[in-house]
Amino acid sequence: MAERGGRGSGGGHGSLDKSITLPPDEIFRNLENAKRFAIDIGGSLTKLAYYSTVQHKVARVRSFDHSGKDIENEPLYEISVQEEITARLHFIKFENTYIETCLDFIKDHLVNTETKVIKATGGGAYKFKDLIEKKLGLKVDKEDVMTCLIKGCNFVLRNIPHEVFAYQKDSDTEFRFQTNHPNIFPYLLVNIGSGVSIVKVETEDKFEWIGGSSIGGGTFWGLGALLTKTKKFDELLQLASKGQHTNVDMLVKDVYGGAYQTLGLSGNLIASSFGKSTTADKEFSKEDMAKSLLHMISNDIGQLACLYAKLHNLDKIYFGGFFIRGHPVTMRTITYSINFFSKGEVQALFLRHEGYLGAIGAFLKGAEQDNPNQYSWGENYAGSSGLMSTSPDVYPMQRTRSGTFDMLEMDRLERPLVNLPLLKDPSTYIPDTVDLTDDAMARKYWLTCFEEALDGVAKRAAASQPDSVDAQERAEKFRQKYWNKLQTLRQQPFAYGTLTVRSLLDTREHCLNEFNFPDPYSKVKQKENGIALKRFQSVIESLDSLGWEERQFALVKGLLAGNVFDWGAKAVSDVLESEPQFGFEEAKSKLQERPWLEDSYSQWLQRLKEGPPHKCALIFADNSGIDIILGVFPFVRELLSRGTEVILACNSGPALNDVTYSESLIVTERIAAMDPVIHSALRDEKLLLVQTGSSSPCLDLSRLDAGLAELVRERQTDLVVIEGMGRAIHTNYYAALRCESLKLAVIKNSWLADRLGGKIFSVIFKYEVPCK
Amino acid sequence: MDPVFNKQHEGGVFPGPCHLKWKTACSLSDEIWDERRQPQSLTSSQNCQRITVETTWTAAKSGHRDGQDAFPWFGMDIGGTLVKLVYFEPKDITAEEEQEEVENLKSIRKYLTSNTAYGKTGIRDVHLELKNLTMCGRKGNLHFIRFPSCAMHRFIQMGSEKNFSSLHTTLCATGGGAYKFEEDFRTIADLQLHKLDELDCLIQGLLFVDSVGFNGQPECYYFENPTDPEQCQKKPYCLDNPYPMLLVNIGSGVSILAVYSKDNYKRVTGSSLGGGTFLGLCCLLTGCETFEEALEMAAKGDSTNVDKLVKDIYGGDYERFGLQGSAVASSFGHMMSKEKRDSISKEDLARATLVTITNNIGSIARMCALNENIDKVVFVGNFLRINMISMKVLAYAMDYWSKGQLKALFLEHEGYFGAVGALLELLKMTDDQ
Repeated sequence: MAERGGRGSGGGHGSLDKSITLPPDEIFRNLENAKRFAIDIGGSLTKLAYYSTVQHKVARVRSFDHSGKDIENEPLYEISVQEEITARLHFIKFENTYIETCLDFIKDHLVNTETKVIKATGGGAYKFKDLIEKKLGLKVDKEDVMTCLIKGCNFVLRNIPHEVFAYQKDSDTEFRFQTNHPNIFPYLLVNIGSGVSIVKVETEDKFEWIGGSSIGGGTFWGLGALLTKTKKFDELLQLASKGQHTNVDMLVKDVYGGAYQTLGLSGNLIASSFGKSTTADKEFSKEDMAKSLLHMISNDIGQLACLYAKLHNLDKIYFGGFFIRGHPVTMRTITYSINFFSKGEVQALFLRHEGYLGAIGAFLKGAEQDNPNQYSWGENYAGSSGLMSTSPDVYPMQRTRSGTFDMLEMDRLERPLVNLPLLKDPSTYIPDTVDLTDDAMARKYWLTCFEEALDGVAKRAAASQPDSVDAQERAEKFRQKYWNKLQTLRQQPFAYGTLTVRSLLDTREHCLNEFNFPDPYSKVKQKENGIALKRFQSVIESLDSLGWEERQFALVKGLLAGNVFDWGAKAVSDVLESEPQFGFEEAKSKLQERPWLEDSYSQWLQRLKEGPPHKCALIFADNSGIDIILGVFPFVRELLSRGTEVILACNSGPALNDVTYSESLIVTERIAAMDPVIHSALRDEKLLLVQTGSSSPCLDLSRLDAGLAELVRERQTDLVVIEGMGRAIHTNYYAALRCESLKLAVIKNSWLADRLGGKIFSVIFKYEVPCK
Repeated sequence: MDPVFNKQHEGGVFPGPCHLKWKTACSLSDEIWDERRQPQSLTSSQNCQRITVETTWTAAKSGHRDGQDAFPWFGMDIGGTLVKLVYFEPKDITAEEEQEEVENLKSIRKYLTSNTAYGKTGIRDVHLELKNLTMCGRKGNLHFIRFPSCAMHRFIQMGSEKNFSSLHTTLCATGGGAYKFEEDFRTIADLQLHKLDELDCLIQGLLFVDSVGFNGQPECYYFENPTDPEQCQKKPYCLDNPYPMLLVNIGSGVSILAVYSKDNYKRVTGSSLGGGTFLGLCCLLTGCETFEEALEMAAKGDSTNVDKLVKDIYGGDYERFGLQGSAVASSFGHMMSKEKRDSISKEDLARATLVTITNNIGSIARMCALNENIDKVVFVGNFLRINMISMKVLAYAMDYWSKGQLKALFLEHEGYFGAVGALLELLKMTDDQ
């Protein structure tokens, strides 16, 4: 990447830097297909948004016509890799000094656009209007700053998980990410730019400026520059982080000699900011004055924000603006102030993509006819830079990286995602079991684990496309990219929200897709499905020969044994690579004997024995092959026989060897051909196949396909079965539902087993009934 | 973006109290403090004050001439920046008393009443003197004296040298310094301080001074037409029904109280951006040394050279939010630019500092008034001393942003109520004995 010209936080005072060469592979990606632009030019940073289409490869499965063919030697179904076009939103942030270079670059690379206008917002939109119009030949269409900011804010609050965080000073993880609340309104947005705007947002389109203050970032910068002769905002913050405000401020103890006890005011509270500098005889250090100024301004803003929050009865305040943007120093002082003045009743909240709100909003304004709000969007971890800490003192090494180009990419999901209607409390539901941002030990383990598995994943990816000439090269690029992500996460675990096993897995999937490895396990899955299908009937026969109680146990054991076949678990993939004969029986023999590590099988059995059949069971399936065919299907068949309807939910897109929705269609069709129970259930719509809306090996019950949710409601689902490590242990282990649930998995990782107090291949069988 | 008012206020002369005609029945004669006047004889319009008198003033008795109410009568408020001292000078001393008066006491009385300045920094605010007051049955004048808190040690030293402790008086003191210097008073001057809560004293002192009036003139006033610089005028205000009131005390810092009755109040909040901040920043920015100097500079400066206004950003009003172009968007916002920093004067900086601090206090006070549902906002404290600019800014801000719903009120004895309250406590103690 090119050298950074002098960091131009001086509000565009520096000259435009034209010497920079832009690396087209990494920034302004997919510009060729960019359809629509928006730009937000602030005091020092420009944020460009564009909507583009991405052509990438997807694996498709298609059933063969088996009539008159030798089924024995044919693969089960056909796999083809096809081009698919999906929509993606790109956001890129760079310093104003690069604006001309960037505009030239855009002009040179923009080929297919039909757009005639560019939406513009931000204070600098006026200043650069002519330059933009001249360079791009697009008409600049200005949009109101605050309207854009709020539109952008609503968008990220709705679409990006872990967008919101609270800042915690003295904790290992400074960033505490919040669960997305299903209802984001009302909230208070406090934008601290040169001044402060306080806006109450009540609905998507209804917001009101309820107040403000002239004491803001501009006051810190302007007054700070006068007091310390330091010109740059960042340097002022740096000074402030080194200073002692008690040398400049008059504290309560300076007045009282101690605390003001009648009022319970601590002696260390500031009684009068700059109260000690009321003398001409004394010199005060720059650091001390900057610190005092920072406290003064942060406390004042926090106090006013609390007063407004109280008046309007709001308890969520999001802070944004350049004063806050990625600066731990100011987040810390604002958080302190809000805690102090609200006595803990109001929480100061920050946004990961706060810097992009204006650009996102401006873009949405221009895209209203496409109605972007009707879709769900997902943050693409492969294409997004993640949250960088810009504080020079806290993270010196990141400073160089944050100065150049920062990116955010969001993929349009084809189907809207919603909460599972059966969640007990959607506002407190946290999918992930372990917060790796918080748990340093676990973080270390998993990062290493993913690093160690990376070569194997890259190798498999390359091997999955033997006919492609550049597969090796792309696999290497994938390896490098994911490796870099892992290194970033080692330094900044908070970069993409709460770090979890799920986010590590999802990031890997995003990176694989990025380099056109849409489904590295497609062939493995195809083969395993074929093998398992051939054994289906004999498994059913042996089950049917058992007595009722014996059969129930065998069914559960089958579910668990099937779940051993997980290419995502290194211990298993090693076995599967080295012992191709490893099968269903071998897996069963690996399982822990009862009592299991988590064992409520007796309650489950009793429930089956004594209770009425369930109305409808929702089953989240895990792996292809033995798992779905010999584990899940016999279980489904038993439920159907009891008169329980079954919704079988599989992933929309591929992840590891997890069974996809389209694969499940073919597999079910084959099974139906062999088995009358399944056949009639399909025909009578007692067995329904749905997609989850996800392409993750884990499961987020707050982001599920709207169709699935509708069906769950319609069929009055009263049992949820979640299977597998990814879905039932890494996520949802503690998920509380409003109906009965079964969470079962085999722990195929010795570290995790150890943590849970067991050994590898320990069994989790968790049957839960909601308390009345 | 801030909507703070930024009209240029003239720091000029406004009609002083002597020009005001007190139309209401507020100004009671000092006789009210005389026991001979029974409460029943008060007219209904005087009721509110009568109540004040009765409750605060059970001490109002005649004939304390048996030496119990030992002079001198002082009330002291030791703040972060200034020490405020009120001294009751008895004018009804009989010849007999005169004879009995110890030398020491006499010399204090003579020293305080014959000078208007003490040492290098002590000042008697002669114009504030309350004449012909009856307190505890004694007639006399109430004097208002101030000196910087940094002179406190010299003051204690003096107390030791003059052998104050021999006077058998209690020294009632409030403010943080009552706690901070308690030990020094005891060890150096052999004086036992009677410490009093500053907020109690503030409220009692304020109610008392308002009830006695300002030598026949009203103590409380407001500004008529605050949003029109041409028509803005100081007018008397009758504080007969003071409750509920939001009391904003601006000293070095700011304390905001909601007062529901004379002894029912709460501290709503406080701010560290107060008079100390104004002076502290002015000293750093302009090299000035005193409050007077800073205000003088501010009176000559133009804050719009320093502050970024809404129109500097939007070219005019920001209609989406109903903000006038003349509103300050960013205090000191122009100072982000080097060229602007090089082109402004010290006077501009002093003015901008004053307007910034004042507007901020106004914002916080206004929000508190809304949250507490109170429409009378009384501003006191020494930050307002000789500070017409700030008073007018506050009057404007209360009126403009509340669309006329809030009224900013001011009091002539701005910073002295705590000290008066301390004196009242002394007299109450005497009575209790």
